[in-house]
Amino acid sequence: MKQSEFLNVVMPFKDKLYRLAKRLLVSREEAEDATQEILMKLWSKNESMGEYKNVEAFAMTMTKNFCLDRLKSRQAGNLKLVHSNYSDENTSLQRQLEAEDSVQWMERIMQELPEQQKMILQLRDVEQYDFDEICELMEMKPTAVRVALSRARKTVREELIKKHSYGIG
Amino acid sequence: MALDNIEKLLEKYFEASTTVAEEEQLREYFAQESVPAHLEQYRPMFNYFSNAKEERFTKQVPLKTRSNLYKWVSVAAVAVLTFGIYFGNEYQEKKKAEFAYQETKKAFELLAENFGRGTEKVAYLKEFEEAKQKIYNNN
Repeated sequence: MKQSEFLNVVMPFKDKLYRLAKRLLVSREEAEDATQEILMKLWSKNESMGEYKNVEAFAMTMTKNFCLDRLKSRQAGNLKLVHSNYSDENTSLQRQLEAEDSVQWMERIMQELPEQQKMILQLRDVEQYDFDEICELMEMKPTAVRVALSRARKTVREELIKKHSYGIG
Repeated sequence: MALDNIEKLLEKYFEASTTVAEEEQLREYFAQESVPAHLEQYRPMFNYFSNAKEERFTKQVPLKTRSNLYKWVSVAAVAVLTFGIYFGNEYQEKKKAEFAYQETKKAFELLAENFGRGTEKVAYLKEFEEAKQKIYNNN
């Protein structure tokens, strides 16, 4: 596979890889590095890439595993990272200052979720994957995915209601 | 979209039994400027999901294949250069030695030639000596 072909294959979902990495690793730099790493790994495998029936799912699984490994080694090394970039670059998209605030809450609320729920919520509500795809990616049964997704959504709702009734938390 | 419909969808949504299309409806609904007060609390959630999808990976990916080639070519070039300098020096040294040898040889030849000429003359001297002895002996 030539470089241009590879880029054509990879372009449509590279942002999804990045967003999943960022969801898990939180820091933008780390997520960028992770995405770069994954894309380079994919490129080094480009000879056999035709064999995978779904390159996107394969890449997403790679990203998931890569980031979880990162998190594990981070815990093992007892490293505590302080993240300051809760706000995104694309704040211009938000219509009001208020909305900007709520985006930051949401970001924080999602960070508090367990990894599995975080990923499922990301895959479903941000990337709009089907349940089948999520099952495959997460290596989980459909019912388990539903339960986790429902739990994640309810947790987010509870947190939002708390914020909503007490003001900025 | 009717309000009770949205409420039903929300209920389903939190039980994770909505379809992707239904969730899209919810996102669209909450993207409006104003929603009823009791639904306002959900707005950040759906707006956040829509916004989160806008984030882009902007970093360049260095796909290195050509750079690998360049690396090896430069390694080869350096090797050739060092060998060239090393053997080139050796060759030059050899040339110099050969030249010196030739020059010395020429010098010796010249010397030998002159010596030869010397002995030729000495041969005459010998003849003269013989003749002289003959004369002496006869007397």
